[in-house]
Amino acid sequence: MMITTIFDYEFMRNAFIATTIVGIVAGAVGYFLVLRGETFAGHALAHVGFPGATGAVLIGLSPILGLSIFTVLAGIGIGLLGEKAHRDVAIGLVLTLSLGLGLLFLHFYTAYASQATNVLFGNVLGISASTLVTLAVLAVVSLVALALIARPLLFASLQPELAEAKGVRLGLVSTLFMVIAAITTVEAMQIVGVLLVFALMVAPAAAAMRLTRGIARGIVCSIVLAVAIAWVSLILAFLTDWPTSFWITALGAGVYLLSGLAGRGARRLA
Amino acid sequence: MTALAFEGVSLTYKGRPVLSDVSFSIQAGSFVGILGPNGAGKTTLLRAVLGLITPSAGRITVLGETPRRGNPAIGYMPQIRRLPVQIGLTGFDLVLGATNGHRWGWPLASSADRDAAAEALERVGALDLARRPLNQLSGGERQRILIAQALIGSPKLLLLDEPLISLDAGHQRAIIELVHRLGHELGIAVLFCSHEINPLLHVVDEVLYLGKGKAAVGSVAQVLNPEVLTALYGAPISVLRANGRIFVMADDIDLEGGGHDHDDHDHL
Repeated sequence: MMITTIFDYEFMRNAFIATTIVGIVAGAVGYFLVLRGETFAGHALAHVGFPGATGAVLIGLSPILGLSIFTVLAGIGIGLLGEKAHRDVAIGLVLTLSLGLGLLFLHFYTAYASQATNVLFGNVLGISASTLVTLAVLAVVSLVALALIARPLLFASLQPELAEAKGVRLGLVSTLFMVIAAITTVEAMQIVGVLLVFALMVAPAAAAMRLTRGIARGIVCSIVLAVAIAWVSLILAFLTDWPTSFWITALGAGVYLLSGLAGRGARRLA
Repeated sequence: MTALAFEGVSLTYKGRPVLSDVSFSIQAGSFVGILGPNGAGKTTLLRAVLGLITPSAGRITVLGETPRRGNPAIGYMPQIRRLPVQIGLTGFDLVLGATNGHRWGWPLASSADRDAAAEALERVGALDLARRPLNQLSGGERQRILIAQALIGSPKLLLLDEPLISLDAGHQRAIIELVHRLGHELGIAVLFCSHEINPLLHVVDEVLYLGKGKAAVGSVAQVLNPEVLTALYGAPISVLRANGRIFVMADDIDLEGGGHDHDDHDHL
Protein backbone atom coordinates (compact mmCIF):
# COMPACT_ATOMS: atom_id res chain seq x y z
CA MET A 1 0.00 0.00 0.00
CA MET A 2 1.34 3.39 -0.98
CA ILE A 3 1.59 6.01 1.75
CA THR A 4 0.21 8.57 -0.72
CA THR A 5 -3.14 6.78 -0.76
CA ILE A 6 -3.53 8.30 2.70
CA PHE A 7 -4.62 11.54 1.05
CA ASP A 8 -7.34 9.83 -0.97
CA TYR A 9 -9.61 10.00 2.04
CA GLU A 10 -11.28 13.26 2.97
CA PHE A 11 -11.17 12.45 6.71
CA MET A 12 -7.42 11.96 6.41
CA ARG A 13 -6.94 15.26 4.61
CA ASN A 14 -9.04 16.96 7.31
CA ALA A 15 -6.99 15.24 9.99
CA PHE A 16 -3.74 16.53 8.49
CA ILE A 17 -5.08 20.07 8.23
CA ALA A 18 -6.45 19.94 11.78
CA THR A 19 -3.22 18.61 13.31
CA THR A 20 -1.23 21.26 11.47
CA ILE A 21 -3.39 24.07 12.84
CA VAL A 22 -3.43 22.65 16.35
CA GLY A 23 0.27 21.75 16.28
CA ILE A 24 1.22 25.34 15.51
CA VAL A 25 -0.89 26.80 18.33
CA ALA A 26 -0.10 24.07 20.87
CA GLY A 27 3.62 24.31 20.09
CA ALA A 28 3.72 28.07 20.59
CA VAL A 29 1.44 28.33 23.62
CA GLY A 30 2.92 25.17 25.12
CA TYR A 31 6.37 26.76 25.09
CA PHE A 32 5.18 29.57 27.36
CA LEU A 33 3.27 27.09 29.52
CA VAL A 34 6.47 25.10 30.14
CA LEU A 35 8.54 28.26 30.57
CA ARG A 36 6.15 29.46 33.28
CA GLY A 37 6.02 26.08 35.00
CA GLU A 38 2.26 25.95 34.50
CA THR A 39 2.00 22.67 32.62
CA PHE A 40 -0.20 21.15 35.28
CA ALA A 41 -2.59 24.07 34.87
CA GLY A 42 -2.92 23.12 31.19
CA HIS A 43 -3.72 19.58 32.23
CA ALA A 44 -6.33 20.89 34.68
CA LEU A 45 -7.95 23.13 32.05
CA ALA A 46 -8.54 20.14 29.82
CA HIS A 47 -10.22 18.15 32.56
CA VAL A 48 -12.54 20.99 33.47
CA GLY A 49 -13.60 20.99 29.82
CA PHE A 50 -14.98 17.46 30.09
CA PRO A 51 -18.21 18.27 31.98
CA GLY A 52 -18.55 21.30 29.69
CA ALA A 53 -18.57 19.10 26.62
CA THR A 54 -20.83 16.38 28.02
CA GLY A 55 -23.13 18.94 29.66
CA ALA A 56 -23.50 20.80 26.36
CA VAL A 57 -24.46 17.57 24.59
CA LEU A 58 -26.98 16.87 27.34
CA ILE A 59 -28.80 20.15 26.74
CA GLY A 60 -28.49 19.91 22.97
CA LEU A 61 -25.60 22.28 22.33
CA SER A 62 -22.39 21.57 20.46
CA PRO A 63 -19.76 19.93 22.68
CA ILE A 64 -17.03 22.27 21.45
CA LEU A 65 -19.07 25.25 22.70
CA GLY A 66 -19.51 23.75 26.18
CA LEU A 67 -15.85 22.78 26.17
CA SER A 68 -14.78 26.31 25.27
CA ILE A 69 -16.95 28.02 27.89
CA PHE A 70 -15.81 25.73 30.69
CA THR A 71 -12.09 25.81 29.89
CA VAL A 72 -12.01 29.57 29.39
CA LEU A 73 -13.82 30.09 32.72
CA ALA A 74 -11.35 27.68 34.34
CA GLY A 75 -8.49 29.62 32.75
CA ILE A 76 -9.76 32.88 34.22
CA GLY A 77 -10.18 31.15 37.59
CA ILE A 78 -6.65 29.76 37.59
CA GLY A 79 -5.26 33.11 36.46
CA LEU A 80 -7.06 35.03 39.19
CA LEU A 81 -6.05 32.55 41.88
CA GLY A 82 -2.41 33.06 40.91
CA GLU A 83 0.03 31.23 43.15
CA LYS A 84 -2.82 29.70 45.10
CA ALA A 85 -3.89 27.76 42.01
CA HIS A 86 -0.68 25.75 42.15
CA ARG A 87 -1.70 23.68 45.11
CA ASP A 88 -1.72 19.99 44.34
CA VAL A 89 -4.69 19.04 46.46
CA ALA A 90 -6.97 21.80 45.17
CA ILE A 91 -6.09 21.08 41.53
CA GLY A 92 -6.45 17.34 42.06
CA LEU A 93 -9.89 17.76 43.60
CA VAL A 94 -11.08 20.03 40.80
CA LEU A 95 -9.80 17.52 38.22
CA THR A 96 -11.59 14.57 39.74
CA LEU A 97 -14.76 16.55 40.42
CA SER A 98 -14.79 17.63 36.78
CA LEU A 99 -14.41 14.10 35.48
CA GLY A 100 -17.07 12.95 37.93
CA LEU A 101 -19.51 15.63 36.75
CA GLY A 102 -18.80 14.74 33.14
CA LEU A 103 -19.56 11.12 33.97
CA LEU A 104 -22.84 12.16 35.60
CA PHE A 105 -23.89 14.13 32.51
CA LEU A 106 -23.09 11.12 30.33
CA HIS A 107 -25.17 8.95 32.64
CA PHE A 108 -28.20 11.14 31.92
CA TYR A 109 -27.57 11.05 28.20
CA THR A 110 -26.74 7.45 27.45
CA ALA A 111 -27.38 7.72 23.70
CA TYR A 112 -23.97 9.26 23.27
CA ALA A 113 -21.73 6.66 24.85
CA SER A 114 -19.14 6.88 22.08
CA GLN A 115 -19.06 10.63 22.61
CA ALA A 116 -17.34 10.00 25.94
CA THR A 117 -14.40 8.20 24.34
CA ASN A 118 -14.12 10.96 21.75
CA VAL A 119 -14.02 13.70 24.35
CA LEU A 120 -11.64 11.80 26.61
CA PHE A 121 -9.19 10.49 24.02
CA GLY A 122 -9.86 12.58 20.93
CA ASN A 123 -11.12 11.63 17.49
CA VAL A 124 -8.90 13.26 14.96
CA LEU A 125 -10.23 11.08 12.14
CA GLY A 126 -13.76 12.35 12.71
CA ILE A 127 -13.05 16.04 12.17
CA SER A 128 -15.49 17.70 9.79
CA ALA A 129 -14.87 20.60 7.44
CA SER A 130 -16.88 22.90 9.71
CA THR A 131 -14.77 21.93 12.73
CA LEU A 132 -11.70 22.84 10.68
CA VAL A 133 -13.07 26.34 10.28
CA THR A 134 -13.66 26.58 14.04
CA LEU A 135 -10.13 25.34 14.71
CA ALA A 136 -8.63 27.86 12.30
CA VAL A 137 -10.56 30.78 13.84
CA LEU A 138 -9.59 29.79 17.39
CA ALA A 139 -5.98 29.36 16.27
CA VAL A 140 -5.82 32.84 14.81
CA VAL A 141 -7.41 34.31 17.95
CA SER A 142 -4.91 32.51 20.22
CA LEU A 143 -1.85 33.41 18.20
CA VAL A 144 -2.80 37.07 17.79
CA ALA A 145 -3.57 37.36 21.51
CA LEU A 146 -0.28 35.63 22.36
CA ALA A 147 1.64 38.03 20.13
CA LEU A 148 -0.05 40.99 21.82
CA ILE A 149 0.94 39.96 25.34
CA ALA A 150 4.25 38.27 24.50
CA ARG A 151 6.59 40.98 25.77
CA PRO A 152 5.17 41.46 29.29
CA LEU A 153 4.41 37.73 29.45
CA LEU A 154 8.05 36.86 28.84
CA PHE A 155 9.28 39.48 31.30
CA ALA A 156 6.81 38.30 33.94
CA SER A 157 7.74 34.65 33.33
CA LEU A 158 11.49 35.18 33.50
CA GLN A 159 11.76 37.77 36.31
CA PRO A 160 8.39 38.22 38.04
CA GLU A 161 9.61 40.46 40.89
CA LEU A 162 11.42 42.83 38.57
CA ALA A 163 8.58 42.84 36.03
CA GLU A 164 6.12 43.77 38.77
CA ALA A 165 8.35 46.63 39.92
CA LYS A 166 8.67 47.86 36.33
CA GLY A 167 4.91 48.16 36.07
CA VAL A 168 3.82 44.81 34.60
CA ARG A 169 0.47 43.79 36.05
CA LEU A 170 1.31 40.18 36.87
CA GLY A 171 -2.27 39.13 37.64
CA LEU A 172 -3.66 40.54 34.40
CA VAL A 173 -0.89 39.08 32.24
CA SER A 174 -1.19 35.70 33.90
CA THR A 175 -4.99 35.64 33.51
CA LEU A 176 -4.84 36.66 29.84
CA PHE A 177 -2.29 33.93 29.22
CA MET A 178 -4.46 31.36 30.97
CA VAL A 179 -7.39 32.28 28.71
CA ILE A 180 -5.12 31.79 25.68
CA ALA A 181 -3.99 28.47 27.14
CA ALA A 182 -7.65 27.52 27.62
CA ILE A 183 -8.48 28.21 23.97
CA THR A 184 -5.43 26.20 22.94
CA THR A 185 -6.54 23.36 25.17
CA VAL A 186 -9.91 23.32 23.42
CA GLU A 187 -8.03 22.99 20.13
CA ALA A 188 -5.76 20.24 21.35
CA MET A 189 -8.70 18.33 22.80
CA GLN A 190 -10.17 17.95 19.30
CA ILE A 191 -7.09 15.95 18.38
CA VAL A 192 -6.03 14.06 21.51
CA GLY A 193 -8.96 14.47 23.91
CA VAL A 194 -9.25 15.72 27.44
CA LEU A 195 -6.91 13.21 29.05
CA LEU A 196 -4.00 13.44 26.62
CA VAL A 197 -3.65 17.19 26.07
CA PHE A 198 -0.31 17.07 27.87
CA ALA A 199 1.15 15.06 24.98
CA LEU A 200 0.55 17.80 22.43
CA MET A 201 0.93 20.93 24.55
CA VAL A 202 3.80 19.99 26.83
CA ALA A 203 5.98 17.27 25.30
CA PRO A 204 7.06 19.16 22.13
CA ALA A 205 7.66 22.40 24.06
CA ALA A 206 9.66 20.71 26.81
CA ALA A 207 11.77 18.86 24.21
CA ALA A 208 12.30 22.08 22.23
CA MET A 209 13.51 23.83 25.34
CA ARG A 210 16.19 21.17 25.77
CA LEU A 211 17.26 21.31 22.15
CA THR A 212 17.49 25.04 21.47
CA ARG A 213 18.97 28.25 22.77
CA GLY A 214 16.92 31.40 22.87
CA ILE A 215 13.20 31.95 22.92
CA ALA A 216 12.38 32.54 19.24
CA ARG A 217 14.24 29.39 18.18
CA GLY A 218 12.63 27.47 21.02
CA ILE A 219 9.13 28.43 19.91
CA VAL A 220 9.82 27.54 16.28
CA CYS A 221 11.34 24.20 17.32
CA SER A 222 8.36 23.49 19.57
CA ILE A 223 5.91 24.16 16.71
CA VAL A 224 7.90 22.01 14.27
CA LEU A 225 8.03 19.13 16.76
CA ALA A 226 4.31 19.36 17.56
CA VAL A 227 3.29 19.33 13.90
CA ALA A 228 5.80 16.60 13.03
CA ILE A 229 4.65 14.39 15.90
CA ALA A 230 1.04 14.82 14.81
CA TRP A 231 1.75 14.06 11.14
CA VAL A 232 3.89 11.00 11.83
CA SER A 233 1.23 9.78 14.25
CA LEU A 234 -1.46 10.08 11.58
CA ILE A 235 0.67 8.08 9.14
CA LEU A 236 1.46 5.43 11.76
CA ALA A 237 -2.22 5.26 12.73
CA PHE A 238 -3.12 4.80 9.06
CA LEU A 239 -0.56 2.00 8.65
CA THR A 240 -1.21 0.18 11.92
CA ASP A 241 -4.88 0.98 12.50
CA TRP A 242 -3.97 1.84 16.10
CA PRO A 243 -5.45 5.04 17.58
CA THR A 244 -3.75 8.29 16.51
CA SER A 245 -3.86 9.59 20.07
CA PHE A 246 -1.79 6.61 21.20
CA TRP A 247 0.89 7.43 18.62
CA ILE A 248 0.91 11.09 19.62
CA THR A 249 1.51 10.22 23.26
CA ALA A 250 4.16 7.63 22.36
CA LEU A 251 6.01 9.96 20.00
CA GLY A 252 5.69 12.87 22.45
CA ALA A 253 7.28 10.86 25.23
CA GLY A 254 9.90 9.48 22.82
CA VAL A 255 10.89 12.92 21.53
CA TYR A 256 11.17 14.22 25.09
CA LEU A 257 13.43 11.34 26.11
CA LEU A 258 15.61 11.69 23.01
CA SER A 259 15.93 15.46 23.55
CA GLY A 260 17.32 14.72 27.00
CA LEU A 261 19.94 12.41 25.54
CA ALA A 262 20.77 14.90 22.77
CA GLY A 263 21.07 17.73 25.31
CA ARG A 264 23.38 15.63 27.46
CA GLY A 265 25.53 14.73 24.45
CA ALA A 266 25.80 18.37 23.42
CA ARG A 267 26.88 19.36 26.92
CA ARG A 268 29.56 16.69 26.92
CA LEU A 269 30.92 18.01 23.62
CA ALA A 270 30.83 21.63 24.80
CA MET B 1 18.23 66.90 48.14
CA THR B 2 16.39 64.02 49.71
CA ALA B 3 16.26 60.79 47.69
CA LEU B 4 13.93 58.95 50.03
CA ALA B 5 11.95 59.87 53.11
CA PHE B 6 9.82 57.78 55.47
CA GLU B 7 7.56 59.70 57.85
CA GLY B 8 5.90 57.57 60.51
CA VAL B 9 5.56 54.68 58.08
CA SER B 10 3.96 51.36 59.08
CA LEU B 11 4.05 48.38 56.72
CA THR B 12 2.36 45.01 56.88
CA TYR B 13 3.08 41.80 54.97
CA LYS B 14 0.23 39.30 54.64
CA GLY B 15 -1.57 40.96 57.54
CA ARG B 16 1.46 40.78 59.81
CA PRO B 17 3.02 44.07 60.94
CA VAL B 18 6.57 44.39 59.60
CA LEU B 19 7.50 48.00 60.30
CA SER B 20 5.69 50.32 62.65
CA ASP B 21 6.04 54.10 62.79
CA VAL B 22 9.42 54.25 61.05
CA SER B 23 10.92 57.61 60.06
CA PHE B 24 14.19 58.37 58.29
CA SER B 25 15.49 60.19 55.24
CA ILE B 26 18.26 59.43 52.78
CA GLN B 27 20.21 62.06 50.91
CA ALA B 28 20.80 61.94 47.18
CA GLY B 29 24.10 60.30 46.32
CA SER B 30 24.54 58.41 49.58
CA PHE B 31 25.31 54.72 49.91
CA VAL B 32 23.06 53.13 52.53
CA GLY B 33 23.38 49.60 53.84
CA ILE B 34 20.05 48.12 54.91
CA LEU B 35 20.74 45.56 57.60
CA GLY B 36 18.77 43.30 59.85
CA PRO B 37 18.02 39.63 60.36
CA ASN B 38 15.91 37.47 58.06
CA GLY B 39 12.30 38.58 58.15
CA ALA B 40 13.16 42.02 59.55
CA GLY B 41 11.36 43.61 56.61
CA LYS B 42 14.13 44.56 54.19
CA THR B 43 12.32 43.34 51.07
CA THR B 44 8.98 44.70 52.30
CA LEU B 45 10.58 48.11 52.74
CA LEU B 46 11.93 48.02 49.18
CA ARG B 47 8.54 46.91 47.83
CA ALA B 48 6.92 49.89 49.54
CA VAL B 49 9.47 52.25 47.95
CA LEU B 50 8.62 50.67 44.58
CA GLY B 51 4.94 51.36 45.14
CA LEU B 52 4.05 47.65 45.19
CA ILE B 53 2.57 47.85 48.67
CA THR B 54 0.89 50.80 50.33
CA PRO B 55 1.84 51.78 53.89
CA SER B 56 -0.87 51.15 56.48
CA ALA B 57 0.14 54.46 58.04
CA GLY B 58 2.54 57.33 57.35
CA ARG B 59 3.99 58.75 54.17
CA ILE B 60 6.81 57.71 51.84
CA THR B 61 8.41 60.20 49.46
CA VAL B 62 10.67 58.90 46.69
CA LEU B 63 12.60 61.51 44.72
CA GLY B 64 9.96 64.07 45.65
CA GLU B 65 6.93 61.93 44.69
CA THR B 66 4.63 59.37 46.24
CA PRO B 67 5.80 55.85 45.33
CA ARG B 68 4.27 54.55 42.12
CA ARG B 69 4.60 51.20 40.42
CA GLY B 70 6.87 51.27 37.37
CA ASN B 71 8.64 54.52 38.30
CA PRO B 72 11.54 54.59 35.80
CA ALA B 73 13.65 56.70 38.17
CA ILE B 74 14.14 53.66 40.43
CA GLY B 75 16.48 50.84 39.50
CA TYR B 76 15.71 47.57 41.26
CA MET B 77 17.47 44.28 41.63
CA PRO B 78 15.27 41.72 43.38
CA GLN B 79 16.74 38.99 45.51
CA ILE B 80 17.56 36.13 43.19
CA ARG B 81 15.28 33.21 43.70
CA ARG B 82 15.64 31.51 40.36
CA LEU B 83 17.03 32.71 37.09
CA PRO B 84 15.81 31.32 33.78
CA VAL B 85 19.03 29.50 32.92
CA GLN B 86 17.46 26.46 31.25
CA ILE B 87 16.55 28.08 27.95
CA GLY B 88 19.98 29.31 26.93
CA LEU B 89 19.24 33.02 27.27
CA THR B 90 22.27 35.27 27.19
CA GLY B 91 22.90 38.04 29.70
CA PHE B 92 22.20 40.53 26.93
CA ASP B 93 18.77 38.97 26.28
CA LEU B 94 17.94 39.24 29.96
CA VAL B 95 18.94 42.89 30.24
CA LEU B 96 17.10 43.65 27.00
CA GLY B 97 13.94 42.10 28.46
CA ALA B 98 13.78 44.90 31.02
CA THR B 99 13.80 47.68 28.42
CA ASN B 100 10.12 48.42 27.85
CA GLY B 101 9.29 44.97 29.19
CA HIS B 102 5.99 46.30 30.52
CA ARG B 103 4.65 47.31 27.10
CA TRP B 104 2.19 45.13 25.22
CA GLY B 105 3.23 43.55 21.96
CA TRP B 106 5.72 41.15 20.44
CA PRO B 107 9.18 41.45 22.05
CA LEU B 108 11.05 42.91 19.09
CA ALA B 109 13.81 45.10 20.48
CA SER B 110 14.29 48.52 18.89
CA SER B 111 17.80 49.77 18.26
CA ALA B 112 17.29 52.26 21.10
CA ASP B 113 16.50 49.33 23.45
CA ARG B 114 19.63 47.52 22.29
CA ASP B 115 21.74 50.63 22.81
CA ALA B 116 20.32 51.09 26.31
CA ALA B 117 21.11 47.47 27.20
CA ALA B 118 24.62 47.72 25.77
CA GLU B 119 25.27 50.98 27.61
CA ALA B 120 24.14 49.53 30.94
CA LEU B 121 26.30 46.43 30.43
CA GLU B 122 29.26 48.56 29.40
CA ARG B 123 28.94 50.50 32.65
CA VAL B 124 29.37 47.37 34.75
CA GLY B 125 32.08 46.03 32.44
CA ALA B 126 29.99 43.04 31.39
CA LEU B 127 29.40 43.66 27.70
CA ASP B 128 31.53 40.68 26.68
CA LEU B 129 30.23 38.53 29.50
CA ALA B 130 26.68 39.22 28.36
CA ARG B 131 27.21 37.42 25.06
CA ARG B 132 27.39 34.11 26.91
CA PRO B 133 24.36 32.09 28.01
CA LEU B 134 23.40 32.64 31.66
CA ASN B 135 24.02 29.01 32.55
CA GLN B 136 27.71 29.43 31.70
CA LEU B 137 28.15 32.36 34.09
CA SER B 138 29.23 32.19 37.72
CA GLY B 139 27.12 33.64 40.53
CA GLY B 140 29.18 36.83 40.63
CA GLU B 141 28.95 37.27 36.86
CA ARG B 142 25.19 36.85 36.94
CA GLN B 143 24.90 39.44 39.72
CA ARG B 144 26.83 41.85 37.56
CA ILE B 145 24.38 41.30 34.68
CA LEU B 146 21.46 41.92 37.04
CA ILE B 147 23.04 45.13 38.30
CA ALA B 148 23.35 46.27 34.68
CA GLN B 149 19.66 45.48 34.29
CA ALA B 150 18.85 47.69 37.27
CA LEU B 151 20.62 50.60 35.52
CA ILE B 152 18.20 50.51 32.56
CA GLY B 153 16.29 53.78 32.36
CA SER B 154 19.00 55.93 34.04
CA PRO B 155 17.64 55.61 37.60
CA LYS B 156 18.16 58.21 40.31
CA LEU B 157 17.83 55.65 43.07
CA LEU B 158 19.15 52.09 43.11
CA LEU B 159 17.54 49.41 45.27
CA LEU B 160 19.55 46.20 45.56
CA ASP B 161 18.07 43.29 47.49
CA GLU B 162 20.76 40.99 48.89
CA PRO B 163 23.23 41.17 45.97
CA LEU B 164 25.84 39.36 48.09
CA ILE B 165 23.78 36.28 48.73
CA SER B 166 25.61 33.02 47.95
CA LEU B 167 28.78 34.79 46.77
CA ASP B 168 32.26 34.08 48.14
CA ALA B 169 34.25 36.88 49.78
CA GLY B 170 36.16 37.82 46.62
CA HIS B 171 33.04 38.16 44.50
CA GLN B 172 31.29 40.03 47.31
CA ARG B 173 34.08 42.59 47.32
CA ALA B 174 33.94 42.98 43.54
CA ILE B 175 30.17 43.55 43.58
CA ILE B 176 30.38 46.08 46.42
CA GLU B 177 33.14 48.01 44.70
CA LEU B 178 31.19 48.01 41.45
CA VAL B 179 28.03 49.35 43.09
CA HIS B 180 29.97 51.92 45.09
CA ARG B 181 31.66 53.18 41.92
CA LEU B 182 28.33 53.31 40.03
CA GLY B 183 26.74 55.32 42.83
CA HIS B 184 29.57 57.84 42.63
CA GLU B 185 29.76 58.04 38.84
CA LEU B 186 26.04 58.46 38.41
CA GLY B 187 25.60 60.55 41.55
CA ILE B 188 22.67 58.43 42.71
CA ALA B 189 21.58 57.06 46.06
CA VAL B 190 22.04 53.33 46.63
CA LEU B 191 20.09 51.20 49.08
CA PHE B 192 21.99 47.96 49.53
CA CYS B 193 20.35 45.16 51.56
CA SER B 194 22.68 42.77 53.29
CA HIS B 195 22.64 40.26 56.13
CA GLU B 196 26.00 41.41 57.26
CA ILE B 197 27.67 44.78 57.80
CA ASN B 198 31.30 43.73 57.51
CA PRO B 199 31.67 43.52 53.72
CA LEU B 200 30.06 46.99 53.49
CA LEU B 201 31.99 48.72 56.29
CA HIS B 202 34.32 50.75 54.11
CA VAL B 203 31.70 51.94 51.59
CA VAL B 204 28.53 52.83 53.49
CA ASP B 205 27.72 56.44 54.31
CA GLU B 206 24.86 55.35 56.51
CA VAL B 207 23.21 52.19 57.74
CA LEU B 208 19.51 51.53 58.17
CA TYR B 209 19.15 48.76 60.71
CA LEU B 210 15.79 46.97 60.88
CA GLY B 211 14.64 44.82 63.77
CA LYS B 212 11.44 44.06 65.65
CA GLY B 213 9.43 46.41 63.45
CA LYS B 214 11.64 49.38 64.17
CA ALA B 215 14.53 51.05 62.39
CA ALA B 216 17.71 52.85 63.41
CA VAL B 217 19.48 55.14 60.94
CA GLY B 218 22.84 56.84 61.05
CA SER B 219 26.54 56.26 60.56
CA VAL B 220 28.02 52.86 61.42
CA ALA B 221 29.25 54.21 64.77
CA GLN B 222 25.88 55.75 65.56
CA VAL B 223 23.83 52.64 64.84
CA LEU B 224 26.07 49.65 65.49
CA ASN B 225 26.50 50.19 69.19
CA PRO B 226 25.02 48.30 72.14
CA GLU B 227 22.61 51.06 73.25
CA VAL B 228 20.91 51.55 69.88
CA LEU B 229 20.71 47.85 69.02
CA THR B 230 19.54 46.88 72.49
CA ALA B 231 16.73 49.40 72.14
CA LEU B 232 15.97 48.10 68.65
CA TYR B 233 15.84 44.42 69.57
CA GLY B 234 14.38 44.94 73.01
CA ALA B 235 16.97 42.51 74.36
CA PRO B 236 20.56 42.97 75.54
CA ILE B 237 22.91 43.19 72.56
CA SER B 238 26.66 43.53 72.66
CA VAL B 239 28.79 44.78 69.79
CA LEU B 240 32.34 43.51 69.45
CA ARG B 241 35.00 45.04 67.25
CA ALA B 242 37.99 42.95 66.22
CA ASN B 243 40.39 43.14 63.25
CA GLY B 244 38.36 45.96 61.76
CA ARG B 245 35.23 43.82 61.80
CA ILE B 246 32.05 44.22 63.79
CA PHE B 247 30.16 41.41 65.48
CA VAL B 248 26.65 41.90 66.78
CA MET B 249 25.92 39.43 69.55
CA ALA B 250 22.86 38.58 71.62
CA ASP B 251 23.53 36.24 74.54
CA ASP B 252 26.92 35.52 72.94
CA ILE B 253 25.31 34.36 69.69
CA ASP B 254 26.54 36.15 66.58
CA LEU B 255 23.38 37.62 65.05
CA GLU B 256 24.84 38.31 61.66
CA GLY B 257 27.28 35.48 61.08
CA GLY B 258 26.12 32.62 58.89
CA GLY B 259 23.31 34.75 57.62
CA HIS B 260 24.16 34.11 54.01
CA ASP B 261 22.27 30.86 53.73
CA HIS B 262 20.05 30.89 50.72
CA ASP B 263 16.60 31.28 52.18
CA ASP B 264 13.88 30.91 49.58
CA HIS B 265 11.14 31.71 52.05
CA ASP B 266 12.58 35.05 52.97
CA HIS B 267 10.25 37.38 51.17
CA LEU B 268 10.31 40.09 53.72
